[in-house]
Amino acid sequence: MTDVAISPTKSIYNPDARTRRRNAAEMRFRLYGLSAVVVGLVALVILLWSILASGLGSFSQAFITIDVPLTASVLDKSGTRDVEELKKVSTVGYGNVLRVALMEQLARDKVDTADVSEKEIFDLLSKEAPATLRNMVLADPSLVGQTIKFKTYANGRVDGYFKGRVTLESAKLDSNITPGQLLLAERMQDAGILTSGFNWDFFFGPDASDLRPEAAGLGIAFIGSAYMMLIVLVLAVPIGVAASIYLEEFAPKNKFTDLIEVNISNLAAVPSIVFGILGLAVFINFMGMPQSASLVGGLVLTLMTLPTIIIATRAALRAVPPSIRDAALGVGASKMQSIFHHVLPLAAPGILTGTIIGLAQALGETAPLLLIGMVSFVRSFPGAPPEGFLDPAAALPVQVYNWTQRGDPAFVERASGAIIVLLIFLVVMNLVAIVLRRRFERRW
Amino acid sequence: MKFKSLVSVAAIAVAATAVSGVAQARNQVQIAGSSTVLPYASIVAEAFGENTDFPTPVVESGGSGAGRKKLCEGVGVNTIDIANSSSRISKSDIELCAKNGVTDIMEVRIGYDGIVFASDIKGNSFAFTPADWHSALAAQVLVDGKLVANPNKKWSDVRADLPAQDILAFIPGTKHGTREVFDEKVLHAGCKANGVEEALIAAANGDKAAAKGCMALRTDGVSIDIDGDYTETLARVAANPQGIGVFGLSFYQNNTDKLQVATMGGVVPSVESIAKGEYPVSRPLYFYVKKAHIGVIPGLKEYVEFFMSDDIAGPDGPLAQYGLVSDPELAATQKAVADEVVMGPLN
Repeated sequence: MTDVAISPTKSIYNPDARTRRRNAAEMRFRLYGLSAVVVGLVALVILLWSILASGLGSFSQAFITIDVPLTASVLDKSGTRDVEELKKVSTVGYGNVLRVALMEQLARDKVDTADVSEKEIFDLLSKEAPATLRNMVLADPSLVGQTIKFKTYANGRVDGYFKGRVTLESAKLDSNITPGQLLLAERMQDAGILTSGFNWDFFFGPDASDLRPEAAGLGIAFIGSAYMMLIVLVLAVPIGVAASIYLEEFAPKNKFTDLIEVNISNLAAVPSIVFGILGLAVFINFMGMPQSASLVGGLVLTLMTLPTIIIATRAALRAVPPSIRDAALGVGASKMQSIFHHVLPLAAPGILTGTIIGLAQALGETAPLLLIGMVSFVRSFPGAPPEGFLDPAAALPVQVYNWTQRGDPAFVERASGAIIVLLIFLVVMNLVAIVLRRRFERRW
Repeated sequence: MKFKSLVSVAAIAVAATAVSGVAQARNQVQIAGSSTVLPYASIVAEAFGENTDFPTPVVESGGSGAGRKKLCEGVGVNTIDIANSSSRISKSDIELCAKNGVTDIMEVRIGYDGIVFASDIKGNSFAFTPADWHSALAAQVLVDGKLVANPNKKWSDVRADLPAQDILAFIPGTKHGTREVFDEKVLHAGCKANGVEEALIAAANGDKAAAKGCMALRTDGVSIDIDGDYTETLARVAANPQGIGVFGLSFYQNNTDKLQVATMGGVVPSVESIAKGEYPVSRPLYFYVKKAHIGVIPGLKEYVEFFMSDDIAGPDGPLAQYGLVSDPELAATQKAVADEVVMGPLN
């Protein structure tokens, strides 16, 4: 009998040099992976933080509420309350009415206005205010002769002061506002004339020009995006699903279908601006469709989304096991029946997910819209569909792009606010896609 | 059943698309062009929509050249009505227009725009002359009467009484109309003042074309072309407080809390000094109207008249408030617009 000495180096508790090296390599790889995830997360947090920090302010807004006497002798010289007559008074006239009303309000509330000129006081009101008041009167001529409570935006710089974007120091250097105006705004806040509140108009109002950032809203961009998504949904899904079913179930396998397949995969990778060039050439120049219309935008985005939907749908169809088809055919169903009664319902969750992801992609796209005139200043709301599809409209990502180019820093806040809204939309769409997949997906 | 209804909806949509191929009547004015003119045009469009029964015109940006090209695409409701431009229309544009049947173009000068040189508010103050900018940025300068590659590192090397700060300039990229003005009014003027133009022509045996060398910039990284808009220039200046950016006057006026402006030839840029012609770096802004569309597109002529009215384009109007220098010859422009005068050939 010889003693079999178990060498301690052979124990699994005491790894040899090579094993140690392998373990260390694995450890390192895990760390690489973890650090990659951490880097990604940090980048995401920084992105979200910077957007939220600069954008959340756009959801609230400083408002000024004053009593405005709508004197008939000023606003309606004819005395007929006829809308055509009332239109003769321009926004300049309504501006004068507001200035007088604001001065009276300040005097009534005993707000000290000693070191601020009348023009500077009037500048605290948004330049949007006269237009809002004029539209109110034109919509309801019976208001003339009454004194109404009128709530309007404060000037963008004043609004920025209450959000911390503008300070007394920066106002000293700023040619558009003085520290005196800001201190007056504070006194107005104490007197209850100036209040802060949630800014619904940021979501529902139209865009505004560079002189009145406080009035700029996302309303038209919302409608434009919604119209385009509707068009994409109605066109891309039926076409995409029909094409996939044909290619997957009916088409013979030959060089021609191979060519189509390669082309579809290629199209999915084509830069989106190329679809914009196509849209300009075909839809606008050749077919004579109007510029800046959501119809053209929707068609261009449909072309862009189609490959995504076709690829997702074909993958979903392929995932349905052949046994289902065989069983259906075996009990006497036709090919058509086996597909529409069995394969398609089973593939539906996958198709739906692909569609939603394609739509989310289309929702965030700006490049193809650049060339078809959708990156523009639009202030009239588009009409109701179907005619409204031909009216000029904006889109959410385009609005972000537009606002970041403006000179007034208040638009940076608006742009970040719009990014938040867009992100929320995208997260919701992707969540819906995940939930649908979890809910209805079947595994075999 | 569900599928069938989906198919029929799709069919209707396709049919609607096909029908819309027939040109639609358009009831709002369509404008495209210069991003410098865009804020002015959108201010006017907004006021026009508020004070008249016409819908608010749609204003698209995209650059002066792109806007003029779009104007020249042809006549018809699916083409634009007005091109905004920060530089004058060129002969090649007019030829392209004529080829596509756009023969009658009205030229409207809306006013003047100043180009300012501004640096970080916390940094040094500058008083420039065009000659300083040429000595700082040109590829070749004169040293002891000889043309040499630009050796200047600091502004104090350029001229002793400028601050000893590294030269770093953010200037508009070549696709901008602003760059043309910068080249002409700053670099070329400075080149002449420095005597470099003469030296260049002499070096090329009297070939006048050699004067183009005036506009050649040094390539060692002190002059950076910005192809984006002024917001990008502002971000670059904020990141490099040593840098000096080239801005439009109105952009500077909206950001006076972050930027300080340099004088040029001893003149502080302002609406007043540009109107008087004292500040040297300014340029006219234009828009071009397709006359064939007047009477076809509702509100087109009214928009142009509204734009050029004293209340809007005058010295007390909202455009001047935003930084446009009102045209002293506004009355002549108003008359030309009222009479629908078409521009003659360029000379």
